[in-house]
Amino acid sequence: MGIKGKVWKYGDDVNTDVIFPGKYTYTISDPKEMAQHALEDLDPTFVKEVKPGDILVAGWNFGCGSSREQAATCIKHTGVGAVVAKSFSRIFYRNAINEGLAIVESMEAPDAIQKGEEIEIDFAKGELVCKAGTYTFLPLPKEVIGIVEDGGLIPHVKKELGLK
Amino acid sequence: MKMGKTFAEKILAKKAGVKDVVPGQIVTVSPDVIMSHDNTAPIAKTFKKIGLPKVVKPEKLVIFLDHCVPAAGEQYAQNHKEVREFVAAQGVKHFYDVEVGICHQALPEKGHALPGRLILGSDSHTTTYGAFGAFAAGIGRSEAAALWATDKIWLRVPYTLKVIIKGKLPGRVSAKDVILKIIGDLGADGALYRAVEFTGPAIEAMSVASRMVLTNMAAEMGAKIGYMYPDGKVKEFLRNRTREPYEEVWSDPDASYEKTLEYDVTDLEPQVACPHTVDNVKPLREVAGTKINQALIGTCTNGRIEDLEAAATILEGKTIARGVRLLIFPASQEVIWEAMKKGLLEKLSRAGGVVMNAGCGPCLGAHEGILAKGEICLSTSNRNFQGRMGNPEASVYLASPATVAASALKGEIADPRTV
Repeated sequence: MGIKGKVWKYGDDVNTDVIFPGKYTYTISDPKEMAQHALEDLDPTFVKEVKPGDILVAGWNFGCGSSREQAATCIKHTGVGAVVAKSFSRIFYRNAINEGLAIVESMEAPDAIQKGEEIEIDFAKGELVCKAGTYTFLPLPKEVIGIVEDGGLIPHVKKELGLK
Repeated sequence: MKMGKTFAEKILAKKAGVKDVVPGQIVTVSPDVIMSHDNTAPIAKTFKKIGLPKVVKPEKLVIFLDHCVPAAGEQYAQNHKEVREFVAAQGVKHFYDVEVGICHQALPEKGHALPGRLILGSDSHTTTYGAFGAFAAGIGRSEAAALWATDKIWLRVPYTLKVIIKGKLPGRVSAKDVILKIIGDLGADGALYRAVEFTGPAIEAMSVASRMVLTNMAAEMGAKIGYMYPDGKVKEFLRNRTREPYEEVWSDPDASYEKTLEYDVTDLEPQVACPHTVDNVKPLREVAGTKINQALIGTCTNGRIEDLEAAATILEGKTIARGVRLLIFPASQEVIWEAMKKGLLEKLSRAGGVVMNAGCGPCLGAHEGILAKGEICLSTSNRNFQGRMGNPEASVYLASPATVAASALKGEIADPRTV
């Protein structure tokens, strides 16, 4: 499985409040409407210009702060193909897996990737190709990969419980 | 040679029903408590999608309404209504409506945060319950729904960071200054994926309320859990609050830590986290004189009796500066009762404070004190991210209750030791 997309690049410690402001957490419940506010307080141009398949690239501790799952949901529903970061905050990491949003943890790649360039990610091989070169990354833990393969936690649980 | 085990390793091994676990290992566990708050309604919607009619272990659910209470508008009201309907339909016994207070204060008060328990909550500051010797971590909404349906979840066994705190805190310098100092040093991801063990004479000397400030804000350095030994003070707190048996778990003396840090707080100065990140911490003197529009004392971080006392001591018989709004958010109903009995709320009100209900208030930008563009708030809460109190062009500084009280008096960030 692979994706190819244009890069939106941000820095370290991108927190869930700037990804999806707290004031919307109980007033917006439709994922498509959530997507219209993605990264609103970080980069207002993002929502206007993001194209399905684009890739978010950031530094350390992406998604820190609140446990709000909407931070992962809103990014996923903009059509973003993956988030690449040096590290993810632990709850965002879990939320992304559970929402079926692809994440790539790489300490080196984010520094090498340029804003606006097109990069390619091959999840099966664990490879990310950008202008500066090819970077490898570890797949998700084997205990967790089933959740992603089933399309997120809820479909995964349904399958486990034998519910249609 | 067999190495000793940390608290996190021991609890996760026990809950997973295995003899031993090592950091990095993934285990499947069943929690003792599943906490959720206003987000119970969206979690219930997700639960419905799973297709199971009943929550498998409704006795494990502890549900609060606290994030936007009483409801600030129609949508919030609808949300609360759905939570109450869910609670009734599922027979959830441990439900606490709008009057009870903030989950992170009221869950311990109601006797659910017991030593040795595994508590998972759909809120990042679930780490707070580690002050009671529980393994308490935040999870997402889908995970809460999945837990209601399956009673199990995967967790990665964390590496442990040990923080030894020595020395005696100087006057008007408190637990908030200690944790801000640590977060400033370690950074917002300084404890990412880690368990943080707080120990040492300064922790032993702290009240349970002060210890909760540290475990609450452990989340701000990325920690999975923050925890402390449940000593006699914790047992005293729990007396008359629970009849459930509990067993304290503690790290072996020869446990293996990823890193050990030592702090001596004897000469610690008041600290302030500056906009727009919690780890942008400076000694107060570097930002003294910064004008403020709003001063907020309370929330799950600093809304307990000792916090209101620290503020009342400074504000008693005085009036806050013109042009400053002082908002008081006690952390729970129990705190309100005690504060009333002690006359603290009257003192704070007479000084010009607006005494609010027990709840999260404007901390997450929902209601009750939202900032306008360009305004500055000095707050005892735990986050100051851009847009946190509603407006992306407003700024939030974080400090201790004593610092916020002193600053409300002066109309600018001021050292509580000088008023």
